[in-house]
Amino acid sequence: MADPLAPSLSGFAGRPSPASGGGEGGRLADNIVHFARALRAAGIPVGPGAVLDALEAVQAAGVGAKDDFYWTLHAVFVKRHEQSIVFEQAFRIFFRKRGYLDQLMAMMLPQAPGGPPPPPPPAATRVQDALFADLQDKLKPEEREIELDTTYTVSDRELLQKKDFAQMTAAEIAAARLAIKRMVLSLDEVKTRRLAADRRGHIIDMRRTLRASMKAGGAFIDLKYLGLKTKLPPVVALLDISGSMSDYTRLFLHFLHAITDARKRVHTFLFGTRLTNVTRALKARDPDEALSLCSASVLDWSGGTRIATSLHAFNKSWARRVLGQGAIVLLITDGLERDPDDRLAFEIDRLHRSCRRLIWLNPLLRFEGFEAKAKGIQTILPHVDEFRPIHNLDSMAELTRALSAQGGHAGDPKQWLRRVA
Amino acid sequence: MTTAARPIPDSIDATLHLLGEADYLADRSLATVLFLALRMGRPIFLEGEAGVGKTEIAKVLSSTLGRRLIRLQCYEGLDVAAAVYEWNYAEQMIAIRLAEAEGNIDRDRLSHDVFSDRFLIKRPLLQALEPDTAGAPVLLIDELDRTDEAFEAFLLEVLADFQVTIPELGTVKAAHPPIVVITSNRTREIHDALKRRCLYHWVGYPNAERELAIVRTKVPGIGKKLSQEIVHFVQALRKQDLFKAPGVAETLDWASALTELDAVALDPATVSDTLGVLLKYQDDIARLEGSGAKELIEQVRAELRAAE
Repeated sequence: MADPLAPSLSGFAGRPSPASGGGEGGRLADNIVHFARALRAAGIPVGPGAVLDALEAVQAAGVGAKDDFYWTLHAVFVKRHEQSIVFEQAFRIFFRKRGYLDQLMAMMLPQAPGGPPPPPPPAATRVQDALFADLQDKLKPEEREIELDTTYTVSDRELLQKKDFAQMTAAEIAAARLAIKRMVLSLDEVKTRRLAADRRGHIIDMRRTLRASMKAGGAFIDLKYLGLKTKLPPVVALLDISGSMSDYTRLFLHFLHAITDARKRVHTFLFGTRLTNVTRALKARDPDEALSLCSASVLDWSGGTRIATSLHAFNKSWARRVLGQGAIVLLITDGLERDPDDRLAFEIDRLHRSCRRLIWLNPLLRFEGFEAKAKGIQTILPHVDEFRPIHNLDSMAELTRALSAQGGHAGDPKQWLRRVA
Repeated sequence: MTTAARPIPDSIDATLHLLGEADYLADRSLATVLFLALRMGRPIFLEGEAGVGKTEIAKVLSSTLGRRLIRLQCYEGLDVAAAVYEWNYAEQMIAIRLAEAEGNIDRDRLSHDVFSDRFLIKRPLLQALEPDTAGAPVLLIDELDRTDEAFEAFLLEVLADFQVTIPELGTVKAAHPPIVVITSNRTREIHDALKRRCLYHWVGYPNAERELAIVRTKVPGIGKKLSQEIVHFVQALRKQDLFKAPGVAETLDWASALTELDAVALDPATVSDTLGVLLKYQDDIARLEGSGAKELIEQVRAELRAAE
């Protein structure tokens, strides 16, 4: 393979490389470049700058112990904690002896049914794809008959179905999508602690004042002011995708996708029996692509609901990472928990305390005679700041207005509690 | 603390040795990243849970290499005035009034005098760029995740060229780029562009062996049995489903606390009383008080007996 970097690496060519095993020859630098390519294909963004850095780093650190070599490349290529796992798998596959590579290749080819092959560790499939992309293309015509399913395990409550989106008529869906796009999100701005020039501010801006007065030779002082800058707070959406919510999930995802376009910081999590972060999937520009990426990454569509478990998972692993800087949380669920208990009250209380505003959107409010009688709903109600319906485009428009400061008392949760008490 | 400036270490082993001199027991991956960052002149980006020793690294580097430590503590709303420089407006106004009183109203000369080095307040970033006889200083940018993206963009620019421009005075460029250590608690994702400029390392919790060595080094005079039990207890705690697992700083605090209380070994009553040193959330403490602590202590003792 002609490599544009090859001429400048001639210095490395003659060096022996213990890392690439026995009698492989000395092309360490080439190996590193190919390894970088494999990482890139496996999902770790590695630019050409990083490859040059890696070569410099290996030259500085020397290729002594295997561990040092691993950590040297790790220091240069890995920029996020999550990428560590993929990196480890890639390194193991790439720099191990030949035998392992043969083993992997054997897994890909058709075999007589002896016993199921052991499921590979999580990141291995991505790395495998990256390294054997060419091989897979050649094998495609045969693969239709033979299915190698090594990645899924089925637990009793989780349904491994891909959500079928064709439940509304196509025309209705298209109209709804257009309407969603047209909704102008009048934006809820929050005061930050950052000061900027503001004619109607209250803090004197000494710097500009002095500059202005110097222009006049220091004769008189014309005061300039600073005010607090405002900005959009981040939005975190927790969307229930269990069976009871299935009619609404699709349009909701469209709505969230539209908001993701308009604002800079929107995080979206889907939960049913487990919690999945689909923020990256929704960042795709095309709404269809975004939704198909979403459905590809979620395993528990239309299953049961475990709100307390999911909120616990969110509070423990994500709350401290995404709720900083005054986030608004949209909790979209009907509140019908399978076994409501104290845990639900505790988790929703913790969520409420960690964010700036917690808005509960419940499609059950579409019923005229709705009363907050279900135990799960009564548990959650005292801990939310606003309680709103969300079953049609009108209610979505209401929500966007509510996300601006003109909220008002329409969504006051206490009125629902009073009616039942 | 060494006062003479030392050159940067020339191998990973030398780096480990250097850190060891200041009683900082690092693992090999951290030493590798540090060595590469010092050698290649790149900033180090340390991310990890609270209390694992990220800020400590910068202090250790500065004391062992004999460089000045300049600390920029980040907070929301941090801007150029607080991070780079500010003019001393009060003194400038006095100077203007005095000049007026004396009758010197030569405008150009006045401008030149008022906007001179004398009235310039240098904040951490500018201090880091100034020449220093002891060699490049260590610039610690602590908790970068607390600021906003505007400051990150500004920082990216500064770290690329190591120069800042003061409109009235001109450009200040660092003769020797400082050793930059950036830490983050991950309450916000830092933009990729900044991370790409740095060498990234996730500082995790240490394993039992290393934590034991750390406790014995930092809490001198602690009993052998007590230190073993403490370390294994904390390691077992981290495997449980706590809201916030205790960090190394908490382990050291707890070890000191127990030493103060003259404990020789762990017992449920003392542990329950001192849980507030290790755990900082009420639900975690409630879970472990009383019987939880007792079970864990017995488990730890069984492990230690099995290991002997």
